[in-house]
Amino acid sequence: MTAYLVAILIFAVIYGFVALGLNIQWGLTGLINLGQVAFFAVGAYCAALTTQAGLPLLPALVLAALVSGSLGGAVALFTPRLREDYLAIVTLGFSEFVRLIFLNEKWLAGGPDGIAGIPRPVTIPGLDSETSFLVIAAVLLAVAFWFSQRLAHFPIGRTLRAIREDETVVASIGKPTLTYKTLAFVLGAALAGIGGALFASYLTYISPDMFGPNVSIYVLAAVLLGRQGSTLGTLAGTAVVAVLLEGTRLLKDYITVVDGVQLAALRLMALGLALMIIVAVRYGPGRRA
Amino acid sequence: MSNLLEIAGLNKRFGGLQAVDRCELSVREGSITGLIGPNGAGKTTLFSIISGFTKPDSGQIRFGGRRIEGRGAYEVARRGLRRTFQIPRELKEMSVLENLMLVPEGQFGDRLLSVLLPGARVRQEEQVNEAAAREVLETVGLAEKADIAAARLSGGQKKLLELARCLMSRPRLMLLDEPTAGVNPTLIRHLMKVMQKVHASGITLLIIEHNMNVIMELCERVVVLDRGHVIAAGTPAEIQQNKQVLDAYLGGVDA
Repeated sequence: MTAYLVAILIFAVIYGFVALGLNIQWGLTGLINLGQVAFFAVGAYCAALTTQAGLPLLPALVLAALVSGSLGGAVALFTPRLREDYLAIVTLGFSEFVRLIFLNEKWLAGGPDGIAGIPRPVTIPGLDSETSFLVIAAVLLAVAFWFSQRLAHFPIGRTLRAIREDETVVASIGKPTLTYKTLAFVLGAALAGIGGALFASYLTYISPDMFGPNVSIYVLAAVLLGRQGSTLGTLAGTAVVAVLLEGTRLLKDYITVVDGVQLAALRLMALGLALMIIVAVRYGPGRRA
Repeated sequence: MSNLLEIAGLNKRFGGLQAVDRCELSVREGSITGLIGPNGAGKTTLFSIISGFTKPDSGQIRFGGRRIEGRGAYEVARRGLRRTFQIPRELKEMSVLENLMLVPEGQFGDRLLSVLLPGARVRQEEQVNEAAAREVLETVGLAEKADIAAARLSGGQKKLLELARCLMSRPRLMLLDEPTAGVNPTLIRHLMKVMQKVHASGITLLIIEHNMNVIMELCERVVVLDRGHVIAAGTPAEIQQNKQVLDAYLGGVDA
């Protein structure tokens, strides 16, 4: 039971990185990214391959952030002016493209078999492997939170919020909007990369089927639940999503009317329902658009 | 004095519509110049081209002697040429003060690096910018609204905010797109005083305006645009007597 709770918490922390990243892109700057899983996947594979080659975890995290961030920059530069309608399509397509590369290029990352035996190289003396991993990941998430929070409340965050509200105005006062949007996209992708690296290291096994579009939607739900743009809210939203997705597994011991497969479907329905209620309450008739 | 803005042979076509047609126009440094013309004459399109939001098909625009046509909007703005929008585009979710504090150029806090360093420098910079923003709000008469959300301003106050945002950067040239449209007469008087104050502080103004009283009182020179082409230019008194201008407005009725 405790082990299970630790596992849920670790997943929540990992998704926390991905959601914080999306919050910088979408919540703060208004850039719709439906393919956040691509940067998560690239971070995961990057860490898997480099830690297997003997790189310690922390440098592997930094490398994952750099690689995912650069990839984010490339996507940003290839998307005309990062307009939201294009961006939604490009990011969604891009994430599938990335998954298919990992699936089909066996020489690169094992193809459909994925990569097994990824080292989880950290333990804190006196704690078991899982708990030490949780502590380290949580500390890193706290750093990411601190960074996001400062970013949102500093003048640069004001500029990003202004871009979300009305890009034309920001250009009219002499600020290079494309540069700021690219920056936001890169930061968000880098955070997702760190999340991916932790994911690979924690599970010690990854395969392409873990990086489907549903991951992008889960983090989108987390940011939405947490009120778009709020850093603390994003983490709270991530916790809710983690509990809805993972925590409801516990229910199978108490609910006997439905079997495991049906319960799995119900969990997704619960998440969908929660999203619909949030959107209806917060953005429904009579509320701001 | 020399011309701050010079436009030569400017053309812009949207499909079958020649929105700007061999346009020639100049604005003298230190002047208030009016730009008038019937609806659909291409005034706002011209502003949009000058400020870099729309690319012209051909022609030249010189600002302070340097070519600016085809440059991006933010580059043009950085050179000291700023515009307001006909329909105010206040950033609704931000306070009036924040709308202005966004403006100053080269803010250290606007760089990613600032997020990673101790906050003292940014705090100090913010204090300076806040003081400057409050001063501008004082100038335009919005000081009491500084801390409310911009969305809660009235239509006229939003016009003032547009002006304030433009003024905040101390540009060389301001393009004001119908600053008094849809504003009540009392506020029009106030807006005119503000524009005169801005002008007196050394900023050149080019104003699109339909209200002839405003034009007569403020402008030393008026340029008339019709179907994208400049059909007349002169003092307000001359323009009022110009038969071609009357024709343009009244649709060619014999005067």
